[in-house]
Amino acid sequence: MNHWIIAPVILPALLAPILGFVMRHDMTLARVFSLAGTVALTAMAIGLFVLAGGDPQVYYLGDWPAPFGIVLVLDRLSALMVLITTVLALLVLIHAVATGWDARGRHFHALFQFQLMGIVGAFLTGDIFNLFVFFEILLIASYGLMIHSGGPERMRAGLQYVVINLAGSTLFLFALGVLYSTTGTLNIADLAQRLQEVPPGEAALVRVAAMLLMIVFGLKAALFPLQFWLPGTYANAPAPVAALFAIMTKVGAYAILRVHTLVFGPGIEATDGMAGDWLFPAAIVTIAIGAIGVLGARRLMPLIAFSVLGSMGTLMVAVSAFSPAATTAALYYLVHSTFAAAALFLLADLVLARRREDWLRARPVTVQNGLFAALFFAAAIGMAGMPPLSGFLGKLLVLDALRAPGALAWAWSAVLVGSLMTIVGFARAGSMLFWKSTAVGAAVRPPRPADEPEAPGPAGVAQVAPTMAAVAVLALLAAFAGPLMNYLEGTTAQLFDREGYISTVLNTDAELK
Amino acid sequence: MEMIVASSVGALTAAGVYLILRLRAFATILGLALLSYAVNVFLFASGRLSVNLPPILSPYGEASYTDPLPQALVLTAIVISFGMTAVLVMVALGAFLETDDDRIDMTESEADGAEIDAATDGGTPR
Repeated sequence: MNHWIIAPVILPALLAPILGFVMRHDMTLARVFSLAGTVALTAMAIGLFVLAGGDPQVYYLGDWPAPFGIVLVLDRLSALMVLITTVLALLVLIHAVATGWDARGRHFHALFQFQLMGIVGAFLTGDIFNLFVFFEILLIASYGLMIHSGGPERMRAGLQYVVINLAGSTLFLFALGVLYSTTGTLNIADLAQRLQEVPPGEAALVRVAAMLLMIVFGLKAALFPLQFWLPGTYANAPAPVAALFAIMTKVGAYAILRVHTLVFGPGIEATDGMAGDWLFPAAIVTIAIGAIGVLGARRLMPLIAFSVLGSMGTLMVAVSAFSPAATTAALYYLVHSTFAAAALFLLADLVLARRREDWLRARPVTVQNGLFAALFFAAAIGMAGMPPLSGFLGKLLVLDALRAPGALAWAWSAVLVGSLMTIVGFARAGSMLFWKSTAVGAAVRPPRPADEPEAPGPAGVAQVAPTMAAVAVLALLAAFAGPLMNYLEGTTAQLFDREGYISTVLNTDAELK
Repeated sequence: MEMIVASSVGALTAAGVYLILRLRAFATILGLALLSYAVNVFLFASGRLSVNLPPILSPYGEASYTDPLPQALVLTAIVISFGMTAVLVMVALGAFLETDDDRIDMTESEADGAEIDAATDGGTPR
């Protein structure tokens, strides 16, 4: 049993209270420890990523044998997700420290570490009630981060976000109750095993549980008809927090992948094919809403939020096939869309802090207009799916995987038309922000209210570096697509190997049952 | 007893959903609290209903026992929903103090941010 598996949960869990209680009056100290903690977390994630190359590894908490105790399971999928999370968190944290966002409210670093603990824990756990607990941890931290630094619109949007997620948590508990009453277990591997021989009389209850869980995860993944919280939340959250939230929708996608392939996956008679049948049309509509939103947005932050929605739709179209090829494509697109969204939000923060408003209209240009325009161009073509960045490859892989006769027409037209509309929306926004603004003189600048601080000057290296790094990740994803796809194919094979997962976690080979 | 438990879960859920749909902060908080009570009772019932049985298997006393796991789950759920309600009250209070309004949903202009100022927009070349 390798104790490093639980380390990425324990480190932020210990660091966050220290940041909150001991260092709350010393911002420098808090920044140093928070950054050091996140660097250490990234190092651990890389270590686990290397470790997870072979068979899944199981960590039995308190050394209780599964399914009686809680287990953490490190396989290729969870290691990949943890790695994405920590790299993204490092970029976001550097940005927040460099731009001073962390000092505009209280307890930014403590909440940030709790958020990481929740996300990493949700990826690693092998117990579905434990998944609920980690969901709550990441949510309660995200409530605090969402309303960080306050303001009327942000508080109102934050309240909506809290209410919708609390309702979602209640549904999660109802689903767990149904699942426990039919199977008598909450361990994911044990559930996967017992659902194979569920009596026909209980099949309806199993379907109810599967559907409730899909609604809960669909809510997290912002899938139609549960997508309506996302634009308001992301557009009103502090931009670095919105960049971190790029991984939060992926938690929902990961949970659907994990639970609906392993537990309710193919071969389970009660729920066979149900998840895909419902996910597919929902994902198509999500793409449409995202694309129309991008075209219709009049402000930059909602525009990016809607493009995130569109990318979630594309991702879930690929997931809804529940075939190995489509899942591999979905995983590649998942990695890509996380960093594309983060790059856009981080860049938006740099630009909007200097424009002081996010309406898409011609204003006097800010400092470093050329640099911001170039970064926006790169991030936008990544998000819209144009070559040479990874968005193009990701969408190509998704389209290539969706060749089934029933899915082909809908999926291809939705993804392609959605991409076109996204390109038009981003081109319009970019030309208005960075090009037409150059024609506006300083004369139309409204007089600055006396209480408003001076706009920040040119962005330093530390402020631009995280955005550049996120764009560089997109380029690297495209350049090393071959090796990455090899890894992801192994990941998918492991994900669909239900027997292997069950026997590893429950340890059925080694001991007598 | 099954009838009482089932109908109380149903009634609590219905009342909770109704209150959430009021879209006012106070009613919504009450509604979410009722929903969490409903789910707690429901979780209890997921371990099968039994009266006067210990949650441990004793070699000396009763031959039967009640499932202890749902009780542990309910405890966890109660703690979490308690904390969440506290956070929700604080966020709702903050939103009320900032906006002088306890509606949950945003009006269209709020969702869009402040209105475009027509006077300053007139000078931009189109």
